[in-house]
Amino acid sequence: MPAEAPIQPPRIAILTDPLKEKIRALFPRYPSKRAATLPALHMVHAHLRCVPLQAMSEIAEILEITPAEVHDTMSFYGFFPQAPLGDVRVWMCRSISCMLRGGDELLEHACDRLGIESGQTTADGKLTVEFAECLGICDFAPAALADDGRVFGPLDGPKVDAMLDELKRGRRDDPPRV
Amino acid sequence: MPTFEPVLSRNWNIADSHTLKVYESRGGYQAARKALTTMAPDAVVNLVKDSELRGRGGAGFPCGLKWTFLPKDRKETLMCINADESEPATFNNRFLMEKDPHQLIEGILIACFATKATTAYLYVRFEYIHAYKILEEAIAEARAAGHLGKNIYGSGYNLDLWVHRGAGAYICGEETGLIESLEGKRGWPRIKPPFPAIEGAFRKPTVVNNVETLCCVPHIIERGATWFKSIGTPKSYGPKLYTVSGHVEKQVCVELPLGVTCRELIDVHAGGVWKGRKAKAAVPGGISMGLLSADELDTPLDFESLRKPGCLGLGTAAVTVIDDHTPIIDYLLNTSRFFAHESCGQCTPCREGTGWMEKTIHRIKAGGGRIEDLDVMLHLANNLGIMPGTTICGLADGAAWPIKNAVTKFRGELEDYIRSHQSPAAQVTPLQISIAQGRPVELSPNGGLPILNGPPPARALHAPDGRGV
Repeated sequence: MPAEAPIQPPRIAILTDPLKEKIRALFPRYPSKRAATLPALHMVHAHLRCVPLQAMSEIAEILEITPAEVHDTMSFYGFFPQAPLGDVRVWMCRSISCMLRGGDELLEHACDRLGIESGQTTADGKLTVEFAECLGICDFAPAALADDGRVFGPLDGPKVDAMLDELKRGRRDDPPRV
Repeated sequence: MPTFEPVLSRNWNIADSHTLKVYESRGGYQAARKALTTMAPDAVVNLVKDSELRGRGGAGFPCGLKWTFLPKDRKETLMCINADESEPATFNNRFLMEKDPHQLIEGILIACFATKATTAYLYVRFEYIHAYKILEEAIAEARAAGHLGKNIYGSGYNLDLWVHRGAGAYICGEETGLIESLEGKRGWPRIKPPFPAIEGAFRKPTVVNNVETLCCVPHIIERGATWFKSIGTPKSYGPKLYTVSGHVEKQVCVELPLGVTCRELIDVHAGGVWKGRKAKAAVPGGISMGLLSADELDTPLDFESLRKPGCLGLGTAAVTVIDDHTPIIDYLLNTSRFFAHESCGQCTPCREGTGWMEKTIHRIKAGGGRIEDLDVMLHLANNLGIMPGTTICGLADGAAWPIKNAVTKFRGELEDYIRSHQSPAAQVTPLQISIAQGRPVELSPNGGLPILNGPPPARALHAPDGRGV
């Protein structure tokens, strides 16, 4: 036990002023400021690729709610990580249409090939593989979705390999300029 | 029988069908212009009521009637468009948004005018990244062209339309879950009453309509209620987008009159069951609706007929075909896994019941099943949310129906599976092993109660925890 309380590092704001302005610009859309929570989380996520605690507390300040309320909302949804995941996130669908056509096995195959479990990031930090309950792209089943919007399907073993190789080359969309 | 003319999907095969230019060249926004400049809001409501358009989101509630529930003396109305289509195997709304977003915007405009709403929120699931981008562009186009904004068509009517993105939660497709999520909270459904029409988003009277429902509205304004009622079966009127996926040659989304049969969809429109096999069963409308066995495939897919073979209803009319090479236990495992993962956790019967269901089915699949498990599952399914008032929303019902249907219709197969797959190792629970060996109880990898768990599934990938949306 240290004799003195640990010195807190100075808090440096994570959210840039333009990003804060962008969040405030949402206010006229809704009767309450709190309603901007999800759009604000999406904006921060697009900027940082995650929503750390500090960002939650800064969002709370802008929306005039408590940090706990932001965390309460954020943690309910499966989308927002608190620390950055891989450069590209890919969801492989395991819903009924994809499962019937081998979705579960393809998820296993992808994880085996990358040496990770579902939900983990590759050692080089390039790729995170997650399962999805349903992606709504059943016409491409078994399907996968990258977080830059690329859709892959109908997949089989070799196509999963090709998909992983392509995704490891990085994101296709422009990084958000905030 | 007159040939059926598709209307909802009529622009899909045209190049750039998502643009305002193409939509207007095909007669787009004429219905909205007609409604806003020549009709009173109540006249629009009455016309939609006369057409007996029923909501396409799953419950099939009459759309016009829903609009009349708004209080007469209201100061403000909000419109929420439910585009959080997350029911497995359902993708018709995605087609509507990606291929013809202006048809949806026109429907929203007319519906908002009819209900006197001046603000509308289009709640889109985040997985529809492409649809989201297209919608944002289409709304900007519509706003620039004066189809949205102030004093639309000189009628004095104003409308703002905003897209609000979800973040990966099935429950936000439930109307009050959607409203909570829109308000910036977790998507926990609300106890009804008050119904959203009386007290919805931000405590204001709110209409929640599905994408496909609203896409029907411009066509009703243009062609009339009699035209709409001439399509379909008695009590189930109008065109419907059917999606077919699973074990078929072609996974498709087609527009047909309400009341086509599953068999017609599979054989005529989806190219038959894949690999020349036979269908063992089909899910008629998203997995929460239950299951049709092979000899029930001639049931018309409409709002009335699906009760007879014991399904919950038409749901989203998303047909999933299961071939005769697939064990029915795989279907059960998939559906129970889905509902256990997507239960919002607010109501105990659903939160605990879906978890028990999944663990029991895992155990059966792994070879640790007992014949009496089937009765336990039926008992559980009948008490998950069927008794009125046990759960706030319908997710528990949706979780129960696949179990009830599969155990009733495929009991023989399930019993055979249990008998032929029983492995002595799987019969012994981790708790019994722990007691016998005198060591502390080890929980299963998914953290469940050991007494209910057989050996863990082949890989932790299938466990209900871990990341995912």
